[in-house]
Amino acid sequence: MDLQVSPITLVLSFVLVLFAMFISYKEKLGTAKEILYSVIRAVIQLVIVGYVLTYLFGLDNPIVTIGLILVISFNAAWNAHKRSNNIPNSLKISMTAIFSTIILTLSILVLSGSIEFIPSQIVPISGMICGSAMTTIGLCYRNLNALFRDQRQQVLEKLSLGATPNQASRPILRDTIKSGMQPALDSAKTIGIVTLPGMMSGLMFAGTVPMTAIMYQIMVTFMVVATSSISSYIASFLAYRSFFNDRQQFLA
Amino acid sequence: MSLLEIKNLSFEAANKKILENIQLTVDEGDFLSITGPSGSGKSTLLKIIATISSKTSGEFFYNGKPIESYEPTEYRKEVSYCFQSPVLFGETVKDNLAFPYTIREMKFDETKAVEYLKTVGLPEEYLDKTINSLSGGEKQRIALIRNVLFQPKILLLDEVTSALDEENRQIIWKWLQDMRQKTKMTILMISHNEEEAALADKHIHIVTGKIVGKGGAENGFTS
Repeated sequence: MDLQVSPITLVLSFVLVLFAMFISYKEKLGTAKEILYSVIRAVIQLVIVGYVLTYLFGLDNPIVTIGLILVISFNAAWNAHKRSNNIPNSLKISMTAIFSTIILTLSILVLSGSIEFIPSQIVPISGMICGSAMTTIGLCYRNLNALFRDQRQQVLEKLSLGATPNQASRPILRDTIKSGMQPALDSAKTIGIVTLPGMMSGLMFAGTVPMTAIMYQIMVTFMVVATSSISSYIASFLAYRSFFNDRQQFLA
Repeated sequence: MSLLEIKNLSFEAANKKILENIQLTVDEGDFLSITGPSGSGKSTLLKIIATISSKTSGEFFYNGKPIESYEPTEYRKEVSYCFQSPVLFGETVKDNLAFPYTIREMKFDETKAVEYLKTVGLPEEYLDKTINSLSGGEKQRIALIRNVLFQPKILLLDEVTSALDEENRQIIWKWLQDMRQKTKMTILMISHNEEEAALADKHIHIVTGKIVGKGGAENGFTS
């Protein structure tokens, strides 16, 4: 397939960014600089990653592949931790949730033969898993903070009746896990109707037969649903404890 | 041995002394009223006794053993704190009355719950009522039932009738008095209402975090 994207066409498509900057300028949003900074940063990061990946895919070394998974996972955990709004141990919790999710998901995908343990397959899939887990965990932290703040009195009353922190937090945990999973479920429900996802479109762009592209996309959908449920479950159950002390008192 | 013994208890928050050198002894079956101006530390004292908050210093014994030696959830099942403006949770009255059973991993005793509802003037149908359809007085009565379905050894009442009209106040006090007569349950109560405070047989008065007066029904109130 003859791909039309070239450095020149990319420069021309920069007009799209100018639209965003124009809206920001006209509506005095104050985000024009941030838009420019974001896209320049994205371009630099992607060019570097392009060269790094070309080199690493060429190496095809399992240790390097595992190293890359660790780097991606740590970055995702670090970003999720930054969204925790000072929940104690949030880095440790994010790392536990992301590492557990990636080990479980990759093991199933590799063992089932859906993907091979080669960098060109493992690295993009790890990125998708970690990206999805990172968003989910960030959402869980935000919801835990909001729900514990809004339902403070309810939690205190349950504790005063003799409930354990877990029993006092059950509805909050349920809502948090559900809301963490919601984006993945919504996107699964609208896939193909509203969105043609990146992986599928990319494969078709590159000339893969649509049916093969679709089968890969089905696998990715399964993976994203599993990733969001596992990571939201682990992160929520580990993080809610930080709202209580060892005397089972509510700290928020 | 006293049921509750508090020695030199102090509580500080944000470098401010809320309670200072509190000495208090409560025996089984006592009915103690705690009075004092707003912000004097009355609720803080009750919350420390309920172990919702922790003291900064001093000693606090329950049944002769330091409070730290008790598993908090087990202690709170025996020493139950009822809030001034309680929040009901879940969707229906039943969700609230079933909660004490859920946390004990027991089957909900609907007959007992209905019996308690009737005692406070609420018919059986209230069990399935949604909490949003209840008046303030009804919510307070249901919250109190939630606290006493498994009879606690000590019931801590934090101005539980302050937001209620006279009718609801009378219903609740008649019920609590009846229950106390039957069960000899110990009650510690904060009240701004002199009539209510007079129901108790022991009194303490707190001003700026210090007990400035103690008294019993027999020997009168001393400052």
